[in-house]
Amino acid sequence: MAELTFSLIVMGISLFMLLNSAAVAVYAERRIAAFIQNRVGPNRVGPFGLLQPIADVLKLILKEDVTPTLGNKALHTIAPMLPVFTALITIAVIPFGEGIYITDINVGVLYLLAVASLGVYGVTLAGWASNSKYSLLGGLRAAAQMLSYELPMGVAVASVVLFAASLSVVEIVDSQEVWWNIIRNPLGFIIFTVAAFAEANRTPFDLVEAEQELVGGFHTEYSSMKFGMFFLAEYMHVVIASMLITTFFLGGYHLPFAGLWLPEMSPVWKGILDVSVFVAKTGFFVFFFIWVRWTIPRFKYNQLMKLGWEKMLPLAILNFVVIAGAILLYNEFF
Amino acid sequence: MITYLFLFFALLALGTAILVVTNKSTVNSALALVFHMLSIAGLYLLLRAQFLAVVQVLVYAGAIVVLFLFVIMLLNLEKEENLFAEFSFKHAAAFFAGIAVLAQLLYALGSWTGVLPEFADQMIAIGTVEAIGDELFTTYLLPFEVTAILLTAAVVGALMIAQRKLKSRDQ
Repeated sequence: MAELTFSLIVMGISLFMLLNSAAVAVYAERRIAAFIQNRVGPNRVGPFGLLQPIADVLKLILKEDVTPTLGNKALHTIAPMLPVFTALITIAVIPFGEGIYITDINVGVLYLLAVASLGVYGVTLAGWASNSKYSLLGGLRAAAQMLSYELPMGVAVASVVLFAASLSVVEIVDSQEVWWNIIRNPLGFIIFTVAAFAEANRTPFDLVEAEQELVGGFHTEYSSMKFGMFFLAEYMHVVIASMLITTFFLGGYHLPFAGLWLPEMSPVWKGILDVSVFVAKTGFFVFFFIWVRWTIPRFKYNQLMKLGWEKMLPLAILNFVVIAGAILLYNEFF
Repeated sequence: MITYLFLFFALLALGTAILVVTNKSTVNSALALVFHMLSIAGLYLLLRAQFLAVVQVLVYAGAIVVLFLFVIMLLNLEKEENLFAEFSFKHAAAFFAGIAVLAQLLYALGSWTGVLPEFADQMIAIGTVEAIGDELFTTYLLPFEVTAILLTAAVVGALMIAQRKLKSRDQ
C-alpha cells in the first residue's frame, strides 16, 4: 500500500512538472531564439518576461475556435488530444532517481517504443480531418517520417538493451552507474538523438509544418486551444525526448562514474541529488533541441528519407551487431 | 474487477471488429481497427502476457494500421460526401458508453466469477520477455529462422516491385 501511495505521489508530481515544463520550454525557446538572432525576446510580461507563457495561453483560450465546414469535426477535435495523451503516459516508466519511479515493468523499453509509435496518429488524423491540401500533405509527411525514423531509433535502443541485458528502464539506468552509455555506445547515442529530433518533428526535420511549402502543415486549420494542444504536445515531446536521451545514454540520474566515488547517503539526500542531476541533464538537452532549431536549416524531404533509410538504419544495425559481438567476446574471455 | 475488465475488452474487441467490417468509410474502419488491436492488447495483459500485449500495440496499432491509414489517405479512394458522412462525436461516445454499460450489465446479471483461470507464478513467468526469448532461441529455433527467411524474401520481393516501377519511369 505504501508503495502504491508513493507511486501515485511520484505520478502526480511528475505529471504536474511535465505539463509546466512545456510552458518553461516555450519561454526558453523564445528567449534563446532571440539571443541567437541578436534580439531581446519577450521581456515585457513580468520580470524578464517570465509570465509570457501565461499571457500566450490566455490569448489562445480567448481566440475563436474554428472547425473547417467540410472537415471531419469529431476527428478534428480528437486529434489534438492524442499527442498530449501519448506524451503524458510516457513518464510512467522513467526513473527520476534511485527508487523514484511510477512503475518498473519488465517490458519498459518496448512500452516506450509502443507509446512513441502511437504518437503518429494525432498528426496524421489532424491533417486528414482538416480537409485541406496543406494539412493532408503535412499529415502524410508526418506518418512517413515518423515510421521511417522509428526503425533506427528502435535499433539504437536495442543496442542499449544489450548492455543492461534487460528491457526494464530502471535496470538500464542501473547498468550505467559507472560507465554511461554515451561512452560505451557513442554511435547509438548519435543515432538515437537524431531519430528523437525526427520523432519530435523538430528542425531540421520539421517538414511536417514547413512554412514555406505547407503554410502551417498539419495544423493549418487549427486555432484556439486546439492549436494550443499541438503546441503543448510539441514541447512536451521535446522534454520527453530529452528525458529519454538522458535515461538511455547519459546514465539517467547518475553523476559521471558515480559508482566509483559517490559515498553512501541517506535516502532523502540521495533522492534530492538524483532528481536534481536528472533535471539538469534533461534541461541541457531541451536547450540542445532549441539550439539546433535556430542553428541548422531544414532538410529537403528526399534528403530526410535518404538519411533515414540509407544512412541511419544500416549504421544502427551495424552498430548493434558490432556491440553484440563485442559483448559476447567480453563475456567469453573476461 | 478483472472479470469486468475482461468483459469490457472482449466486448470492445467484438464491437470494433464489427465496425471494421460494416463501416462504409475506410478511414473509420482503420480507426476501429486501431481500437480492436488495443483491446486485444488489453486481453493479453489480463492473461499476464505483457510482452505480447506491448508488441501487439507496437507492431499492429503503431506501425501496420498507420501504414493502412497512410495508403488510404494517399489514394483517397472515396467520394467527398461519403468521406465525412458517417462518423460523429455522438456516435463514438455512445458506442464506448454502450460497451461499458453492456459489460457492466453482463457482469452484474451473469455474476460470473473465474472467467479467467487462476495464474500460478510459473504461468506468469511464461509471459515475460526472458521466457519468450529463451523458448524462441532454443525449442522453436527452426520455425523462428524459417520465419526470418520468409520475411527477408518478402522484403526483397517488395523492393523488386518498387525498383521495377522506378526504372520504367526513368526510361
